[in-house]
Amino acid sequence: MSVTSRRLRSIATATLTVGLALGMTTACSAKKDAEPNANGTGPVTISLSYFGTPGFNQAVKDFEAANPNIKVDVKNEGQTKDFAPKLAQWISAGSGASDVVMLEEGMLLQYLKDNKGFANLLDLGASSVEKDYLSFKWKNAFTADGKKLVGLGTDVGPLAMCYRTDLFQKAGLPVDRDAVSKLWPTWEEYVKQGEVFKSKNTGAAWTDSATSVMQPYIMQNADSWFYDKSDKYIGDTNPAVKKAYDLGLDMAGKGLTAKLARWSADWDAAFKNAAFATVPCPPWYTGVIKERAGDAGKNKWDIATIPGKGGNWGGSYLAIPEQSKNKKAAFELIKFITGKQGGLDAFAEAGPLPSSIAALDDPKITDAKNEYFNNAPVGKIYAGAAKELKPIYLGPKHQALWENAFEPAMQAAEQGKLSAQAGWDKAIKDSKALAEG
Amino acid sequence: MATNVGEVTGPRHGRAPAGPSKQPSRRSVRVGRLDLRLSPYLFVAPFFVLFAVFGAYPLIYTAILSTRKNTLTGGDAGFVGLENYRKILWDEHFWIVIFNTFGLFFVATVPQLIFALLIASWLNKKMRARTAIRMGVLIPNITSVAAVGIVFGLIFADRYGLANWLLQSVHLDPVEWRNHRWSSWTAIAFMVDWRWTGYNALIYLAAMQAIPKELYESASLDGASAARRFWRITVPLIQPTILFTVIISTIGGMQLFTEPLLFNYGRIQGGSLNEFQTVAMYIYETTFTNNYNVGRGAAISWLLFIIILIFALINFALVRRSVKGQTS
Repeated sequence: MSVTSRRLRSIATATLTVGLALGMTTACSAKKDAEPNANGTGPVTISLSYFGTPGFNQAVKDFEAANPNIKVDVKNEGQTKDFAPKLAQWISAGSGASDVVMLEEGMLLQYLKDNKGFANLLDLGASSVEKDYLSFKWKNAFTADGKKLVGLGTDVGPLAMCYRTDLFQKAGLPVDRDAVSKLWPTWEEYVKQGEVFKSKNTGAAWTDSATSVMQPYIMQNADSWFYDKSDKYIGDTNPAVKKAYDLGLDMAGKGLTAKLARWSADWDAAFKNAAFATVPCPPWYTGVIKERAGDAGKNKWDIATIPGKGGNWGGSYLAIPEQSKNKKAAFELIKFITGKQGGLDAFAEAGPLPSSIAALDDPKITDAKNEYFNNAPVGKIYAGAAKELKPIYLGPKHQALWENAFEPAMQAAEQGKLSAQAGWDKAIKDSKALAEG
Repeated sequence: MATNVGEVTGPRHGRAPAGPSKQPSRRSVRVGRLDLRLSPYLFVAPFFVLFAVFGAYPLIYTAILSTRKNTLTGGDAGFVGLENYRKILWDEHFWIVIFNTFGLFFVATVPQLIFALLIASWLNKKMRARTAIRMGVLIPNITSVAAVGIVFGLIFADRYGLANWLLQSVHLDPVEWRNHRWSSWTAIAFMVDWRWTGYNALIYLAAMQAIPKELYESASLDGASAARRFWRITVPLIQPTILFTVIISTIGGMQLFTEPLLFNYGRIQGGSLNEFQTVAMYIYETTFTNNYNVGRGAAISWLLFIIILIFALINFALVRRSVKGQTS
């Protein structure tokens, strides 16, 4: 009994020590946060919140080197869906947000409508840099009355199609990227090639999911999605939405999709296991593939053109919450990251295509080859397409409508839990309720 | 002050208030009276202060919020009465999540308490390294729920998970865990039970140790088997404890959130047809995504609170009856 009680005592001591140590570290970090921002005089520390893999690390280092008075505290906030609710709370509470926050396209749209929480970048002198950005990207970040600029664009997402050369070879399809591009001038041809691929029994699917085909299809073939320009819900009557839905489920019905839910662990693993052969990929997506497929996937992926016309998928913005106490320094940081040098840094680090025109014309991009993707000339493929992009109007709740209402219903139909018609009805009903709710 | 304390003799409540014969100073009398009146309140104050700050205030504020049209991004837009409640109760989504929450509660809690009972009766025996083993069953409980969620999320991954690999190695079909109600509930019940079985087992063990040994001795002299002794002596005698664990599990079960959330890799919808979305997840979805509708979320929170209250009252009635049954 004495042995156990002694052991108990030592366990208790250990727990107490650990607890104290933890308490002290939190106390220290709390102190660090409370450090006052010496505005104007000494070095200023500003914070930057980002999500996903935007490749800001090198850009921030270069910024700090160019501005020795400004220190940047970089915060990785995980995925969009983790960051969005946190940011909404910070904006609503009036404190807690970083000086610079990254906004995904859908988040930006919501904050264009409720824009009280964000600074007007025009007041900070943004109009002098208007000519530096792709014009559609610049215009996208204005409020409806055109008087307030909420964000500056970091990257754009002209579409291409990534494919696995090893699976194409197995199926007897061409592997050269020009020849592959010729396989699918239209989405109908793309589906047909998928059936050819499937008949060769490689064990892999043609693409990851029905929903990932729907997104680029609408981006190419419509100038609006769930909303018309006056923010009225039109998801049920927009012909492009129904067509894209049918295209995706037609592919699922023919067994061409792997029926994976995007951003799930299985989806991550599927890249490693070569479970599908093609996937629509804007520039930022190349980083996503590289991260998941890892070293084993090197040189097994390549990039061809996308079926159909050009289109934009995704791309983010940087904005300054109204609550920031260092707006000037924050604006300097935004200008730098979204500018030529920052854009080139991010492109080299993670692959997103900058929205700065000067960066797009730089040989570092036009001559860029992506080593991971079989040395594909990504600069030539993407930068050319970027200048042709036309804006598509998405509207305030687009992100939630797509990810939380439409996509789950479509997945249920893809997985066979609902018929195609029942899935469509549910998708429309849920998204309409959300849009009007 | 020290002199005042020194003057006090005998039990306080026995002292005559300000007896003139002892002639204490007036001030000390007043302090003493104050002490007598106030100190009991001071002793219980910490609980009530904490409860007011972390219990009552949020409760009342949530009730106020639930009658207003209020979104995180758009701000407060005025009083709407019971409109939020009406919208929720008329929406089938709410009834789906209620069904899920109760279903998950039963699927997770029933096997959990049975296993806890069996483990406790095993721990109640004489064995080597008894303390180490008894403390060992608590280890899953002190593991971070996030870690449990992530690890089990990978074990129950649809294509490349350990659970499916095991099923396939005995020539069974792999299960798409997130695509059916029963399979997702099973996987989530595994997570919940992994964390809480040991905790309940320890509570049962404590109750079992209070049972007099003579009962078992005489029962075994009469020829009762071990199983019979367990069901006829142990279980009836720890019945109040069982009901206590049922109440605790009810509260935990009604608030189930992290396990199903992490099981679906952080997607708040809980399956493409909300197969395993719980009420707590629905509150979060309403409040912190989509329309950021704080008012609606507050109303669902209050509905959940009322449901838990009803459940707790039923349990309370059961406890009272069983305790009465024992003493009579």
